[in-house]
Amino acid sequence: MDVRKTYKLFLNGEFVRSESGRAYRPDGSVNVPRGSRKDLRDAVRAARTAFPGWAARTAMNRGQILYRAAEMLDGRAAQFLELLGGGVRARRALDQSVEALVWYAGWTDKLPQITGTVNPVAGPYFNFTIPEPTGVVAIVAPEESPLLGLVRRLAPALCGGNVVIALAAESSPLAALTLAEVLATSDVPAGVVNIISGQRKELLPTLASHMDVNAIDVAGCNGNEVKAIEESAAGNIKRVIKLTQREQSPHLIAAFMEMKTVWHPIGV
Amino acid sequence: MAITKKQTAELAKQVFEYAPAPEAIDHIKIQPRYGLFIGGRMVDAHSKKRFPTINPATEKTLSEVAEADEVDVDRAVKAAGKAFDSWSHLSASRRARYLFRISRLIQERSRELAVVETMDGGKPIKESRDVDIPLSAAHFFYYAGWADKLEWAFPNRKPRPIGVAGQVIPWNFPLLMLAWKIAPALAAGNTVVLKPAETTPLSAMVFAEICMQAELPPGVVNIVTGAGKTGFLVVSHPHVKKVAFTGSTEVGKLIQRAIAGTGKRLTLELGGKAANIVFEDAPLDQAVEGIVNGIYFNQGHVCCAGSRLLVQESIAEPLLEKLKRRLSTLRLGDPLDKNTDIGAINSRAQLEKIQGLVESGVEEGAELYQPECVLPERGFWFPPSLFTNVSQSYRIAREEIFGPVLSVLTFRTPNEAVEKANNTPYGLSAGVWTDKGSRILWMAERLRAGVVWANTFNRFDPTSPFGGYKESGFGREGGVHGLLPYVELT
Repeated sequence: MDVRKTYKLFLNGEFVRSESGRAYRPDGSVNVPRGSRKDLRDAVRAARTAFPGWAARTAMNRGQILYRAAEMLDGRAAQFLELLGGGVRARRALDQSVEALVWYAGWTDKLPQITGTVNPVAGPYFNFTIPEPTGVVAIVAPEESPLLGLVRRLAPALCGGNVVIALAAESSPLAALTLAEVLATSDVPAGVVNIISGQRKELLPTLASHMDVNAIDVAGCNGNEVKAIEESAAGNIKRVIKLTQREQSPHLIAAFMEMKTVWHPIGV
Repeated sequence: MAITKKQTAELAKQVFEYAPAPEAIDHIKIQPRYGLFIGGRMVDAHSKKRFPTINPATEKTLSEVAEADEVDVDRAVKAAGKAFDSWSHLSASRRARYLFRISRLIQERSRELAVVETMDGGKPIKESRDVDIPLSAAHFFYYAGWADKLEWAFPNRKPRPIGVAGQVIPWNFPLLMLAWKIAPALAAGNTVVLKPAETTPLSAMVFAEICMQAELPPGVVNIVTGAGKTGFLVVSHPHVKKVAFTGSTEVGKLIQRAIAGTGKRLTLELGGKAANIVFEDAPLDQAVEGIVNGIYFNQGHVCCAGSRLLVQESIAEPLLEKLKRRLSTLRLGDPLDKNTDIGAINSRAQLEKIQGLVESGVEEGAELYQPECVLPERGFWFPPSLFTNVSQSYRIAREEIFGPVLSVLTFRTPNEAVEKANNTPYGLSAGVWTDKGSRILWMAERLRAGVVWANTFNRFDPTSPFGGYKESGFGREGGVHGLLPYVELT
């Protein structure tokens, strides 16, 4: 007889049920927590608290943690293949997810060298520009690609030092909820990634209008959802990141970053 | 022995007795009325409506400009759309040459532009002459050079222009904001429809002449004048693919909401409430100059103004004494006078906003200091002001005043300074004054702001990216980063 797993939300480094006590059955059998707006707000608070520490980690340390996540994901290949329905497509999605984590792990200490600049201003000043994480980032996993679609946005956001609240794919949340177990064993500090399952219709408006969320990635959203999100995002000038799902590049990391420019006079 | 306020004022009068030194205006030709710049020439507005633009220092009407309506904006966008095909396919080195030409023409007509800017907007001539106009020319010169080097800016990507850019700019640095908007847009191969602010349209009208003088192909730059309604028409026009706005956070939010779901690209450069942080080891005299420059430059009509002074408690008293003494030497008056430090407030509406916020500061319990200062009878004026005894919750510590009003707060530890500095929804700029290098970098790392000035303030350069964190907007202007909002990367 199996010892079955209770699927839980990943919130502030802990596996918890929805505070609402609700659940839903996306595939008709397994109970999955139906996260509430309160869960989201708790996740934002946890993320905000975790942000300064994560952003202050050295680039190399963040890279090692992302690489560790790749190791853990690869080690659980069999489990994820099963969750993704098996077959060639599942295999490819898993391989590409591992590859994305490895690829972005190697970017943490290179992005500033690609996007940062020393600016030759017309005066006696030393002036440089560096990328810094934008802060609390919301990611909406695409329904059609529940693992790869999420990992491909999560990795670049974390790479730059952001903290994340991810909405699992509503119709197939198990891969995302299991990814939480990968992250929990990869030295990702508590609150840096929070994964919430539930109904998009219920949760998206809260995510989009939350005043302490700095950016929202909408690659996994349809046109109507994007419009509604963009309207709410205006409430606190959220960055709405719309690069396509296929995008895998330092430009995507940079989309989750702010550029900071520092001036100092030169003199004796 | 401390010098009393009265003695300071007396001293100021003795030491700083200046003869009037007004800039000549006889070489300036401001036309009695202006049309719209559409398709390479000045045309009459379909709306047939006009509004006056006045000199805020005298309240006299300088000219009447057209108020563009829906038909006018549509014409401008269509002209830009038509020009886009050829402009975006023009050889990049030619695009560069047009921009170099524009830069040179700005330099050639710099005195005229400076005077027009000062008459229309109220800023001191020494600022328009030494800051606004040279920086505008430099901005065109910088981006001119990028026009034929774009592929070097985006490794592994092919940059392509987006299309017609709709750009709406504020009244605090009219020509400079125009340059920040138009130069990168054109360099990347886009065409533009620009709406200047309703209180400061005249330097944009001179710029329209410069476009004609440069023989810029018709429709590449179009300028439509009007108020908020016209601006809204520009950004919401369906053929405008890229929107760039500089102005208040309030209007920025309206724009972001208005274009939701349209797929238009957007950059916003919005308000600020910058902290200017002075540590006890800072060179105080330099810091005082930096504080003055930070908040009284351009009458405080600066989105990145250092409007919150955070001073370490141990030096609060001597610093404030020096600062107050320095304030009493600032010369307020005729913006055209070369010795004027503080010019006119840009408009009556802005003056009323400043007055309202200053009243709220007094009511909430802050202590107001203003040096003895005679305000001219006509025009809009506000004396340089500073508030002490300010709590973080006061409106004057939270809201952007956009006037010559400084709120002074104190701190004890570097952590407290960071905490207070970041305790705002804004994040455009910040200042740090200290002699300790490691502390500068420690602070710079923690301040959530797009620009950090260390032992200096309010410096700008075309090579230096500028823009905000949080509710101060997104996107950068200046530097290689300033190209990104104007390209599609494939």
